[in-house]
Amino acid sequence: MTTLSRPAQLVSSKGAGTLIREKGVYLALGALVLFNLIATPNFASLRNVQLQLVQVSPVVIVALGMALVIGTEGIDLSVGATMALAASMVSLFIDRSPWMAIGMALVAGVVAGLLNGSLVAFLGIQPIVATLGLFVAGRGVALAFTKGRLVEIFDPTLEALGRDRLLGIPISAVIAMVLGIAIAIVVRRTSFGRNIIAIGGNPRAAVGAGLPVRPVIVSVYIICGALAALAGVLVTSRSAAADPSFVGLLIELSAITAVVVGGTPLTGGRVRVLGTVAGALLMQLVFSTLIRHDLSDSDARMVQAAIIVAAVYFQRDRGAQ
Amino acid sequence: MSRNTEPTLQAVGLTKRFPGVTALDSVSIDFHAGEVHAVVGENGAGKSTLIKLVNGVYRSDEGTLILDGSAVEFAGPREAWEAGISTTFQEINLQPFLSVAQNLHLGREPTRRFGLVDVQRMNTDATELLTRYGISIDVRKPLGSVGVAIQQMIAIVRAVSTDAKVVILDEPTSSLEPNEVEQLFRVIRILRDDNVALLYVSHTLDEIFEICDRVSVLRDGRLVHTGPVAEITRIQLVATMLGRDTTEVRTGKTAFNIEGRNPGTEPVLSVSGLTRSRLIHGVSLDVAAGEVVGLAGLLGSGRTETVESIFGLIGLDSGTVTMNGSSVKGGSPTTAVKRGIGLLPEDRNADGIVPTMSVRDNITLAANRSVAKWGFVSRAKVNKLVDKYVERLQIKVADLNQSVAELSGGNQQKVLLARLLCFDPEAVLLDEPTRGIDVGAKAEIQGLIDELALDGLAVILISSELEDVVEGSNRVLVLKDGTVVGVLVGDQISEESVMDIIAEVNVESAVAP
Repeated sequence: MTTLSRPAQLVSSKGAGTLIREKGVYLALGALVLFNLIATPNFASLRNVQLQLVQVSPVVIVALGMALVIGTEGIDLSVGATMALAASMVSLFIDRSPWMAIGMALVAGVVAGLLNGSLVAFLGIQPIVATLGLFVAGRGVALAFTKGRLVEIFDPTLEALGRDRLLGIPISAVIAMVLGIAIAIVVRRTSFGRNIIAIGGNPRAAVGAGLPVRPVIVSVYIICGALAALAGVLVTSRSAAADPSFVGLLIELSAITAVVVGGTPLTGGRVRVLGTVAGALLMQLVFSTLIRHDLSDSDARMVQAAIIVAAVYFQRDRGAQ
Repeated sequence: MSRNTEPTLQAVGLTKRFPGVTALDSVSIDFHAGEVHAVVGENGAGKSTLIKLVNGVYRSDEGTLILDGSAVEFAGPREAWEAGISTTFQEINLQPFLSVAQNLHLGREPTRRFGLVDVQRMNTDATELLTRYGISIDVRKPLGSVGVAIQQMIAIVRAVSTDAKVVILDEPTSSLEPNEVEQLFRVIRILRDDNVALLYVSHTLDEIFEICDRVSVLRDGRLVHTGPVAEITRIQLVATMLGRDTTEVRTGKTAFNIEGRNPGTEPVLSVSGLTRSRLIHGVSLDVAAGEVVGLAGLLGSGRTETVESIFGLIGLDSGTVTMNGSSVKGGSPTTAVKRGIGLLPEDRNADGIVPTMSVRDNITLAANRSVAKWGFVSRAKVNKLVDKYVERLQIKVADLNQSVAELSGGNQQKVLLARLLCFDPEAVLLDEPTRGIDVGAKAEIQGLIDELALDGLAVILISSELEDVVEGSNRVLVLKDGTVVGVLVGDQISEESVMDIIAEVNVESAVAP
């Protein structure tokens, strides 16, 4: 009998696979930063770092909510549409007060999440289908609110949110950082976080242990919706305009990518919060690096696609064990 | 069974090490054609490691496999299969939506011109093949529609029809009913007469003594006994497996000590008239503190449905559940847990363990109320609780942070029991607590059920092994077709009386419209 060489995930190469799966995103991020420091002029400049952070913050915030949803073996396709809804809310209420505008935007996000979560938890609709409805309809509703137009917004408070910095760090990046830490604590230290993981890991076991499965699922979608709305507010404030046609367009894909690249399996039962943040940073940096080194936008997207496939491949190993 | 021939498969000095543990330590066993060879041992004894070395999933660190006189080395399960070593796993690995005939021919369908599948020939071949093994079914039916036992036999027939020389049967009877087991044994005997070498792993002593010719006992990765079944007694075999003196093994078949119990008189858990169409009809029962009530009956009699409806997993059409005199409303597991009712599920993989969580988190999964304050989990409280139950239940675990999926079946079952006890229930519903675990863990869990009763818990016990229910219960309810058809107390409880009641009702229900 001959010994064929074959993909040895069954036996021997478990070590390397595990390392890439657990730490791959950090290694890749570190390597890419190192490369840029050497090969990209002005990479370490304050301006560039600030720009990168401002650009990545909305994705990080949306991805944090997405990570919780994916942790329950769900998915939320409607986050981009929710951002658009939030933007339209800002345009509707900004004349009353900036805080009311932000508040109403967040309410819109909570309502969107409540809708998605209820469809999943109480009607038992598959998450991808349940959130598809809002994915399609949400942006349309937002456009109806703004009468199909881009609405320019002149408000000092909102402008400050998009422009100001704290110790040199853009406000939106500070918010993303604080939220990242908060969500990490929720996942690791609270019973809510444990319930999310239990539901994603084995929903039948979660029910059998008497866990409040439905409330947890609904809450997770609400958090995801609220975070998406917040991201919508931040994008609106930075561009000083509510543009429901383009706010958060395709962000669901960036967010899902960040989560998966960060080491959270799409099959749920595990949530890697810091990995998700690193995943968002990695994808942002990949894209900007390629553009800076004169690759076309479409080439850059192909590289992103390759990274996603690789990430999913290494996730798959875990299931095969 | 001729013993003068060369063995079909010979393992010589097989050793397999995993980090921190030698799973198999220089084991040499021969498997002969025309012989059913039982491999038994407690969890962690090395049975599954041995199987995985033989069928190519693992590679050995030391030692050789000799198949038909020549040394072999498999790079993977497919190579082992091609060489004639077939494994039919506990979980059946066929396609439920394809027909029986298609499953039998999976990957080697007879074709006509243009590569089209010759359906007619496939069906005739399949029927012929199955008839040889005494199985007569319509091979055009989807596999999923024919019942677990038949599916299992089809898996075996498929294995031997691909010229398997060695067939590994890993707990083949775990999901079968008694009459189906008989059918399976018929197939096994035909295989034996066809000179196949069979490796049979089972936890059930009866099966070993009924169907096996030789028995090898593994303990802690070493081979401690191998010899003809005819030359060993039940007690000796159990003692060998446990590594204990024969005198220590009780004369009863289980480790229950029912005399020590002191059940109360007032019911803690009381249910009446539980009805759910097509499942159960008017089931009523009371369980007092310190009392174990056994539910006996055949598969499908409504045992599992009874406890699942008490726990709120199955919605009720009518009936009430009462804890300590006040009604349990809401009919959801969340309510049941709040009111101090816990359920140990029948299928611990599907409904019990959370494979992505650690042993620690699995144990405390249901204990959020006692380990968390304002939603924040206290690590100190978690550790205290976990340490207590790991100690009390003797859960064998290298690292509490390791995934629960890596534990043996018996230890996973203990983790689930610990999960129940962690939220301080007053009533526990144990659905098949000893299924699919080794003899040693079985005895420990039986002893633990005694302890729970002594601690004043109300216990409902379901087991498909009659001896568990008979020796472990203060009271036995016999169920048939979703109805309680008999109640046995004290000295009335015996295997014969339970079977009598089941048999009796069979006649009546056949007469009834």
